[in-house]
Amino acid sequence: MHPETVHITPYRSHAWVLITLLTFTVITVTVTWIDLSALTVFIALLIASVKSFIVLTYFMHLKYESTLFRVFVFIVLFIYVLVILFTLADYAYR
Amino acid sequence: MTEEKTHHPEPSYLVDTGKYKGLMAWLTSTDHKRIGLMYMYAIMVFFSVGVILGVLMRMELYWPGQQIYGPQAYNGIFTIHGIIMIFTVVIPGLAAVFGNFSLPLMIGAKDVAFPRLNLFSFYLYVLGAAIALASQFMGNGPPDTGWTFYAPYSIQTQTNVVAAVFGAFVLGFSSILTGLNFIVTMHRMRAPGMTFFKMPLFPWSLYATAWIQVLATPIVGITLLMIIAERWLRIGFFDPSLGGDPILYQHLFWIYSHPAVYIMILPAMGVITEIIPTFALRRIFGYKAIAISSLAIASVGYFVWAHHMYTSGMSTTARWVFSLLTFLVAVPSAIKVFNWVTTMYKGSISVKPPFLFALGFIFLFMIGGMTGLSLGALATNIHVHDTAYVVAHFHYIVFGGVGFAFFAAIYYWYPKMYGRMYNIKMANWSFVFLFTGFNLLYFPQFIIGMMGMPRRYFDYLPQFTFGHQLSFWGGILLVIGFVIMLITLFSKKGAKAPDNPWGGRTFEWNIPSPPPVENFDIMPELGVNEGPYDYK
Repeated sequence: MHPETVHITPYRSHAWVLITLLTFTVITVTVTWIDLSALTVFIALLIASVKSFIVLTYFMHLKYESTLFRVFVFIVLFIYVLVILFTLADYAYR
Repeated sequence: MTEEKTHHPEPSYLVDTGKYKGLMAWLTSTDHKRIGLMYMYAIMVFFSVGVILGVLMRMELYWPGQQIYGPQAYNGIFTIHGIIMIFTVVIPGLAAVFGNFSLPLMIGAKDVAFPRLNLFSFYLYVLGAAIALASQFMGNGPPDTGWTFYAPYSIQTQTNVVAAVFGAFVLGFSSILTGLNFIVTMHRMRAPGMTFFKMPLFPWSLYATAWIQVLATPIVGITLLMIIAERWLRIGFFDPSLGGDPILYQHLFWIYSHPAVYIMILPAMGVITEIIPTFALRRIFGYKAIAISSLAIASVGYFVWAHHMYTSGMSTTARWVFSLLTFLVAVPSAIKVFNWVTTMYKGSISVKPPFLFALGFIFLFMIGGMTGLSLGALATNIHVHDTAYVVAHFHYIVFGGVGFAFFAAIYYWYPKMYGRMYNIKMANWSFVFLFTGFNLLYFPQFIIGMMGMPRRYFDYLPQFTFGHQLSFWGGILLVIGFVIMLITLFSKKGAKAPDNPWGGRTFEWNIPSPPPVENFDIMPELGVNEGPYDYK
C-alpha cells in the first residue's frame, strides 16, 4: 500500500552510539558514589532519558522514519508525562 | 461498497490445505480466522470455569453462615473467579476473537500484518492462562488477594500469589502483541480507497483498544513483577514495613486496570455499532462522532484510574481531579449511545438474535454507566465503596456490556465463521434466559449494596438473605441461557448460510461463507463516494 524506504545505518554510527551509551552507563555508576542528596534521582533519570533518546533516534531508526512515527512517540511520551503529573497530584498534596 | 462477489474456487479456511491435518493444522495455523476461533474456544472454556466458580459463590451465599465450604476457600474462589474472568476472558475477549476473525476481512486485508506473531500471542495467552490456573493447585493454596493483588496483603500472604501474578504478566504480553499487530494492520493493510474515516467502526474501536493495550499493559506488567521482587527480595516498594507505599501499588495497578476496562468495552461498542445499522437498514448516525469518541474514551479513560482509590487515603486534591475526569469520560460513551438510538430511529428494524443482544447491551450498559456516575462522585462513592453495589455496577458493565456484546458478535458472525446458520428461535430463547437471569442475578446486588452489604464477605447479616437468594436463582437462569446458547451454536449443523445472511455492507459479507484461506480473490476497493454503511 505504501512505498517502502529502507535506510541502512553505517556501522560507524552504531559504534559511536554504543560507545556513547557505555560512557553514560559508566557515568550512571560513577554518580552513585557522589552524594547529590535530593538531586540523585533527578540526575539518574536525566542520564537514562538521554540514553533512551539516543536508542530511539539511532537504534530504533526514528531519525530516518516518517513524521507519523515521531508523532506517535511524542504522544506516548506526552501520556507518560501526564500520568506522572496526575500521580503527583496525590503525592504532592497528601 | 464495491461488489467483489466471487464464488471462490479456493477451499474455505476450515479445510486443512497445509502440511498438517486435523488438530495440528489448527495449532500451527497462522491464519487470522483460525487463530480467532482458537481464542474463542479457549475463552469459552475459561468462561465456563469462571461461571462454575461464580455459581459456587452464590451457593455458599444462599444462607448466612457457612454452608458448603469455609471462608479461606471462599477467598480463593472469588480470587480465581476474578483472575479467570478478567485476565483470560474479558480482556482478550472481543479483540482476540472477533478482532482476529473479522478485522482483516472488514478492512480488505488477506491477514494481519504479522501472522506468526499473532500465533505467538495465542500461545502466550494459553501459557499465561495455564500458569494462572495452575496457581490454584500449587504451593500453599490458591491466592486469596482478589484479582487486584492489593499490597501489602499480596506481599504478606502465604498463599500462591507469585504464580498467579506471573500468569497475569504473561497474559499481558499476549495482549500487547495483539494490540501492536492490529495497529500495524490498520495502518498498512487497508484496502485501496479505504481511508481511516471510511474504515468500519468495529476496526476503529479495535484501533483505540490496541493503543491502550500497547501503552497501558506494560505498566501492570512491571507492577506485577515488583510484587514478585518484593516477596522474594524484600525490596520495599509497597509494604510499609519494608519502607514502601501501598497506595503506590494502587496507583500503578489502576493506571493499567482502569484503561483495561476500555480494552474490554471499546470492542464491545464496536460490535454494537456494526450490528445496529445492519439490522435497522440505516446508515450509522454520526460516523465521525463515533470514531472519534472511541479515541476520546481511550485517551480520557487513561486518566481516571484513581476513582478506584477514593477511600485509600490519597490526597483530597487528587480525589477531586480524578472525580472531574471520571465525569468527562461519560461524555464520549453517551455520544455512542445517542448515535445508536438515533440510527435505529425510523429504521426498517429486523429483530434477529444479534440485534436482540445489541439492545440488551445498550440497556445493561446504560444501567452500568449511570451507576458508575454515582461511584465517580466523591460523596456517594464513600457510601457504597466496597459494597455489593460496586459488584453490581462492575458486572453490568463487564458482563452486561462485554458479555452481551460477545454473544451478539457470535450470533452476528457465526454464519460467516462456519458457513452455517443456527436455530433463530433457540437463539431468541437463549437471550430471554440470559437477559432475565442477568438482571435477577445482579440487580438485587445494587439494593443490598446500598443497604450496606460489603463485597467479598463470606458471611452476612440476615437482612441481606433475600437479595442473595434472588441472585442465586438469577445465576441459575443465566447458566440455563448459556447452555441453550452453546446447544444452539454447537450441537448440530444448521442449514448452509448464504454469503450475506443479514444484508450487511462491510467487506466480509461480500465473500463466501466460510471465507477462503486468503479471504479475497480480487482485492476489494472503496470508491470515492462509497462508505462502510451505505444503506440509505
